[in-house]
Amino acid sequence: MPILNIKNLHATIGNTKILNGVSLSVSSGEIHIIMGQNGSGKSTLLSVLMGSPKYTVTMGSASLDKKDILKLTPTQRAQAGLFLGFQHPQVVVGVPLGNFLRIAKNTISASKKDKTPAIAPVAFAATMREEMEKLKIDPAFISRSVNDGFSGGEKKKSEVLQMAILQPAFAFLDEIDSGLDIDALKIVSKQINEIHAKQGMGLVIVSHNPRILDFIKPDKIHIMSKGKIVAQGGSEILKKIEKNGFGSFIKKK
Amino acid sequence: MAIPTKTKKIINKTGNKSASNFRTKTNSVFTSKKGLNEEVIRDLSRQKSEPEWMLDFRLKAYEVFLEKHMPNWGADLSGIDFDNIHYYVRPQDKTKRKWEDVPAEIKNTFDKLGVPQAEQKFLSGSGAQFESEMVYHSLAKELAKKGVIFESTDDALKNHPGLFKKYFGTVVPAHDNKFSALNSAVWSGGSFIYVPKGVHIELPLQAYFRINIENMGQFERTLIIADEGSSVHYVEGCTAPTYSSDSLHSAVVEIVVKKGARVQYTTIQNWSGNVYNLVTKRASAFENAEMFWLDCNLGSKATMKYPSIILRERGAKGEIQSLAFASKGQHQDAGGKVIHLAPDTSSTIVSKSISKNGGRTTYRGLVKVIKGAKNVKTRVVCDALMLDPASRSDTYPTMDIKEKDVAIAHEATVASIGEDELFYLMSRGLSEEQAATLIVNGFASPIVRQLPMEYAVELNRLLALEMTGSVG
Repeated sequence: MPILNIKNLHATIGNTKILNGVSLSVSSGEIHIIMGQNGSGKSTLLSVLMGSPKYTVTMGSASLDKKDILKLTPTQRAQAGLFLGFQHPQVVVGVPLGNFLRIAKNTISASKKDKTPAIAPVAFAATMREEMEKLKIDPAFISRSVNDGFSGGEKKKSEVLQMAILQPAFAFLDEIDSGLDIDALKIVSKQINEIHAKQGMGLVIVSHNPRILDFIKPDKIHIMSKGKIVAQGGSEILKKIEKNGFGSFIKKK
Repeated sequence: MAIPTKTKKIINKTGNKSASNFRTKTNSVFTSKKGLNEEVIRDLSRQKSEPEWMLDFRLKAYEVFLEKHMPNWGADLSGIDFDNIHYYVRPQDKTKRKWEDVPAEIKNTFDKLGVPQAEQKFLSGSGAQFESEMVYHSLAKELAKKGVIFESTDDALKNHPGLFKKYFGTVVPAHDNKFSALNSAVWSGGSFIYVPKGVHIELPLQAYFRINIENMGQFERTLIIADEGSSVHYVEGCTAPTYSSDSLHSAVVEIVVKKGARVQYTTIQNWSGNVYNLVTKRASAFENAEMFWLDCNLGSKATMKYPSIILRERGAKGEIQSLAFASKGQHQDAGGKVIHLAPDTSSTIVSKSISKNGGRTTYRGLVKVIKGAKNVKTRVVCDALMLDPASRSDTYPTMDIKEKDVAIAHEATVASIGEDELFYLMSRGLSEEQAATLIVNGFASPIVRQLPMEYAVELNRLLALEMTGSVG
């Protein structure tokens, strides 16, 4: 069973330290939720794990199945089975979502050892429509440019759609609940749960809003502050947050 | 939308790095000595058995060519050596109407480029020019019956002298610029199209231009007349193999779009990196007529090309859309010109350029509205995408508006491929090169998707080819 192992990870952007020694271990099939205030380093952690060129890792390690992922390009990480659902997904003008996702799917398939054959455009469109229906995304979005003119909610749904199609071994979802109204949050979290149940991937979800815990039941909750995980545990942590806010964890430090 | 299974690839093998970079060994019937003088022109005209007035026209144009200075703006043309060019190379005796009659080695060249196959699949007619002469021209029978003329310009001069003389040189006069003068002096080949009143040609007509030998000058001359209420779509493709020294392509295209007619002129050129491409293209549009230039420029050492439209009468519409890709050592200086001479006329210019590896693109455009041309609408959009800091892009939009009752819109953007965009696409498993290519294709898509399907597929493939090895 694949394990994602992060040990004492430090990272900077320019001269600013953002991550100050994060350690975390996630087994496939598990759901972890990382919570914390804005600026605590949650999103940075996910970006660093996916290989964002913005950040420099200065210390520590991260491995997937004992394979060092920090040496890999973002492309290689994706092909190794990592996925990042972005907080602010990029607009790619003139590139239809369906085309993009089919190229991505086939590129990842081709990189596998067993050389999974490419999926034909017609079959792929059918799969996409099926997944889009579950997320209540208008099928017309297949031919819309990637994230171009999408509302905040549509972007988040599109990220979950991409996760459903690309079937990663570990998925990181960055603030997947922000910008969603309650109806959209229900649809998106239901789909996340369903994909997780079906594909059994490891999930790391970052959020600053405890409301997400009403819909997604994690195996573990981590609280981040100032670039470190300062507390972890089960649902009892949630009660603490609701009572005293994130501040209570910070004061301890 | 389904892609036809037997999509015929006109420009299939025309990539600079791909199979268009082959040379064909041929025995030309006649090759003029290098360099230009009156005797070369007289000889050329004699070989073509031209009427006296054409020889006069050529000789006068030659004088203009000698008088005119090289343009002191635009691309660097200092590498052109007018004395080191063959001005006229005749590969065979006559334009053939049957493909079987074309000499084997020339046929072989166009077979490799997919020209005759394309004709059978999705064209109303096609022509092929090898060096200076059209070697082949054919037109669907039912169109010929309706009075459509699609011949080499040389043949049209002989076969339709009245029609020819009435329009030739009326849209682009010899003295327009140094290179239109040069073309007028030594023109050879090109297409002549006449579409009679009310005739609509559904499938495109196409011509393919191929420079095969070194130090060659190709000076084709195309004249299209769309009579009242008619319509036609003409497509041209251009390639050349790579040689160590430069070739010159200097065409003149004249188009007359009469009342209520519509002409679309589509160009996909993929010249090798040692061709100077200096082309004068202009259309004259009359009442409620529509002219649409769709111009895609890949390759060449330097291109200077600004398709123009003169909107002469009320209600005429003009549109110029262009795409340019400049790589290392290349300068694409392109754009468009629209002159509004009448009220209620409208125009759109859309220019998109991509530069990489130190390539340079320039948008150069002019919109002119004379006093009294009321209720004119015009819109100019130019977008540049630079793939690296070594590349360069400049924009020179000129607006010369003498009338107050005018609606003008102008937008310009310059972008580079962002780290964030690349990271997003790479996080989905795409390589950096795949990601950059996808971004370029997306950028070009508003132009590309207006091409006929077969050409759109091909152009995307050419763009992908240009992007190969562009990253890392």
